[in-house]
Amino acid sequence: MILAIFISHHALFAQRNSCIECHQELEDELLAPVETFQLDIHQQFGLSCVDCHGGNASEEDMDLAKDESFKGIPKRSQIPDFCASCHSDSSYMRHYNPSLRVDQLAIYWTSEHGQLFKKKDTRVAVCTDCHGTHGIQAATHPKSWTFPWNIPQTCSRCHSDKEYMKGYKIPTNQWEEYKESVHAHALFEKKDLSAPVCNDCHGNHGASPPEVTSIAYVCHQCHPSAGELFSQSPHKKAYDEMGISECEACHGNHKILPPSDEMLGTGERAVCIQCHEPDSEPYQIASRIKEKLDEFIEKIRHAENLLERADRQGVEVSEPKFRLTEANTALIFVRNLTHSFSLVEIEEKIEEGEKIVVEVTEAGENALREARFRKTGLIIATLFIFLLAIALFLKIKQIDRKTST
Amino acid sequence: MKKALQNIYSYIDSRFKLSSLILFAKKKKVPEHRYSFWYYFGGICLFLFVIQVLTGILLLLYYTPSVDSAHESIQYIMSQVKFGWLMRSVHSWSANILIAAIFIHMFSSFFLKAYRSPRELTWITGFFLLLIFLLFGFSGYLLPWNELSFFATRVATDLAGTLPLIGSQIKSFILGGTEVSGATISRFFWLHIAILPLLTIIVLGIHVLLVQILGMSTPIGLGKKKVSEVPFFPNFILKDSLGWMLILALIGVLCVFFPWEVGQKADPFAPTPLGIKPEWYFTFMFTTLKIIPAHIFTLEGEILAIFGFMIGGFFWMLVPLLDRNAAKERKSPVFSTIGWIVFLYIVVMTALTYLLPGL
Amino acid sequence: MKRRNFINYFLGGSLVGTIIAFLYPIISFILPTKQTEAVIKKITAAKLGELAPNMSKIFKFGTSPGILINTPDGELRAFSAICTHLTCTIIYESDTGTILCPCHNGRFDLSGNVVSGPPPAPLESYNVEISGDDIIVSKKA
Repeated sequence: MILAIFISHHALFAQRNSCIECHQELEDELLAPVETFQLDIHQQFGLSCVDCHGGNASEEDMDLAKDESFKGIPKRSQIPDFCASCHSDSSYMRHYNPSLRVDQLAIYWTSEHGQLFKKKDTRVAVCTDCHGTHGIQAATHPKSWTFPWNIPQTCSRCHSDKEYMKGYKIPTNQWEEYKESVHAHALFEKKDLSAPVCNDCHGNHGASPPEVTSIAYVCHQCHPSAGELFSQSPHKKAYDEMGISECEACHGNHKILPPSDEMLGTGERAVCIQCHEPDSEPYQIASRIKEKLDEFIEKIRHAENLLERADRQGVEVSEPKFRLTEANTALIFVRNLTHSFSLVEIEEKIEEGEKIVVEVTEAGENALREARFRKTGLIIATLFIFLLAIALFLKIKQIDRKTST
Repeated sequence: MKKALQNIYSYIDSRFKLSSLILFAKKKKVPEHRYSFWYYFGGICLFLFVIQVLTGILLLLYYTPSVDSAHESIQYIMSQVKFGWLMRSVHSWSANILIAAIFIHMFSSFFLKAYRSPRELTWITGFFLLLIFLLFGFSGYLLPWNELSFFATRVATDLAGTLPLIGSQIKSFILGGTEVSGATISRFFWLHIAILPLLTIIVLGIHVLLVQILGMSTPIGLGKKKVSEVPFFPNFILKDSLGWMLILALIGVLCVFFPWEVGQKADPFAPTPLGIKPEWYFTFMFTTLKIIPAHIFTLEGEILAIFGFMIGGFFWMLVPLLDRNAAKERKSPVFSTIGWIVFLYIVVMTALTYLLPGL
Repeated sequence: MKRRNFINYFLGGSLVGTIIAFLYPIISFILPTKQTEAVIKKITAAKLGELAPNMSKIFKFGTSPGILINTPDGELRAFSAICTHLTCTIIYESDTGTILCPCHNGRFDLSGNVVSGPPPAPLESYNVEISGDDIIVSKKA
């Protein structure tokens, strides 16, 4: 008992934190820091209130605790420097996480946010707007505001707010558009964390929209082959001269939909006709590429259909199905190859694929013949059974007649 | 040619005494009256059993009873073995038709009071055959190792585990462990292709032998005028075969247009899918267990129901000894009524399973 | 011909027909099939010495392709040859010692992990054993 009192008193004394003691008794926003700080990464590294806010936590009296070192609540205009006082100090940060970068502030000054901040605009994002205040968590923590699938919401808190963004003259529909994109689908539906979110294209501390000429470089980070093909195509030079961004011109920016074959050729939803006049040579090529591709897809579907039907009828088609995967590989390859806009290359590759499709189609037809053979066989067997049944019936009649006479 | 055939026949006849067998079959008479139709179901059961044996033997050639390959081997049979789809579909379809035929055979014998003296043992062996074939169905259902059969088996054996005192022992004996596993496949396979066939041959042998010795019963109260007789051979056997051919054609059509499904491979770690049901012939018991209150007085409802089925089955088996009226060739409306109640109960409960799955 | 004889011949003939119609599928069923094993968990992907170091081979594993790679150090490794991005068949690029998907330049290291490009997940890796002269590839349990 005595020991228990001693220990608890000792513990209380050693960890005395008059900030928490007082704030625990308060309500609402004065209580909130105590509660949310429990989950904060700084707390996990053993840091406490005074490490950011100053003051003397061992003093019981409020006036004494808030001594001359006490900083209180930093103003918005002070926040970048407030956080950077530790986070830009490499010798200090090394104690806690040697691999963490210490150039966030320097990069921040280069960002759109930082630039405006320097011009005394404190409405722009500062550290706390993206990382939080007392509940800050590492970007690797799934509940963190800066975890991949939370980032779009984090950014959109300001960027989708029409009222708030008034005066900046930039659109506020990025989040709405992004939600429909193939990237958002990968992130939210497939839970693929490698899918790009806002900061993967815009940067995080140095957030800024990529310039027209550099958009392609951003996309190439993950889509190198399409980029390479495009760079070697005649479009590259033309785009550069006209000052059109490469990928974005056809695929869009925030609302990058899963690409469809409809984007090719000269149809209603084709992107080629945005620039190319009917009857011009490129227009013809575009139409030819689409035709070729459609034909190829049609042939693959036909072969697939044959195999599917044969499979449903119980005929073994795993070998041709295996062959067909090669044709599908060729198709996916060709779809990517369209970024070269070279009819010759595309035709060559399609021809390769078509050879396989012809083989598979033949196998599929054979398999269906086999299925028909089986059905016919069954009809014949059933026919014999029925004949036998009729014969039995006649025999029974005959015997019945004999017994009755 | 004809002479050669006659020589062969007389050679065999003089050794196997075929002519005396045929003479017996020709002399044996089958009563013919307005209920004769129901006599054919016994023969249909026998015929379907023969189909089961033949297709079962053939399937053995490719089936492997293990967790890793049971499902794969069925898929292999269905897709790659020539006529494998036919053999397996015939086996599955005729198994189900067989159970249905056994029920029809049983109820028709019951209502015609064919169980009465001296045919008590025919009824009792028939009852055992019913149990054996239900076990055939239960064990065979698991062998493809698909999702449905896996969970149905799990639910059924969990039920056995709830029995007081010996429940957990019975369960682990059936499963060969604490869970439905590879050991269970081995056990069910062993049961399905060795133990049950052996039992069937013995019990079915007695059953058929009794039918041959005692002949077929004539329903109570049919006057002499309404009953004529026909020779067992060839008249009756020919009509039997005609029925068999029709059943065979039916199975053929079913197999071509509704080949038996392979299903998803069982995953023991997957959550139990919704609406899991046993095979249709167990559903009347299954639904009873579902709708019975959890507690009746101080007893647990489920256990009460299981004991109810056991005791009910026991009395059902002993019906020929209990029905004193029928034994004296008098009508026994009490037993007819009981029969109808049992019949309606099974029909209603089975229908409920499929009409109100959310029960 | 007498009616009685006709019925007898009819009965005998259709009986023989039915029996043949039954025997045919049964005999076909018993005859061995082309593919002798029901379960494809293991497959002989190549013969020992067939692959020089820094070489690869695509083999059929069930209904999908697999790739067997003899690394520059002479170690055998096997993976599913289906790219996790859009299911193209991947190839081994000997001059970089990495696995490449030609469709969108997805690149994997020799542990199957993504190095660069769009693939969202690593390649499924298989076990490789050597039994006598055969290189046997099997699925990891």
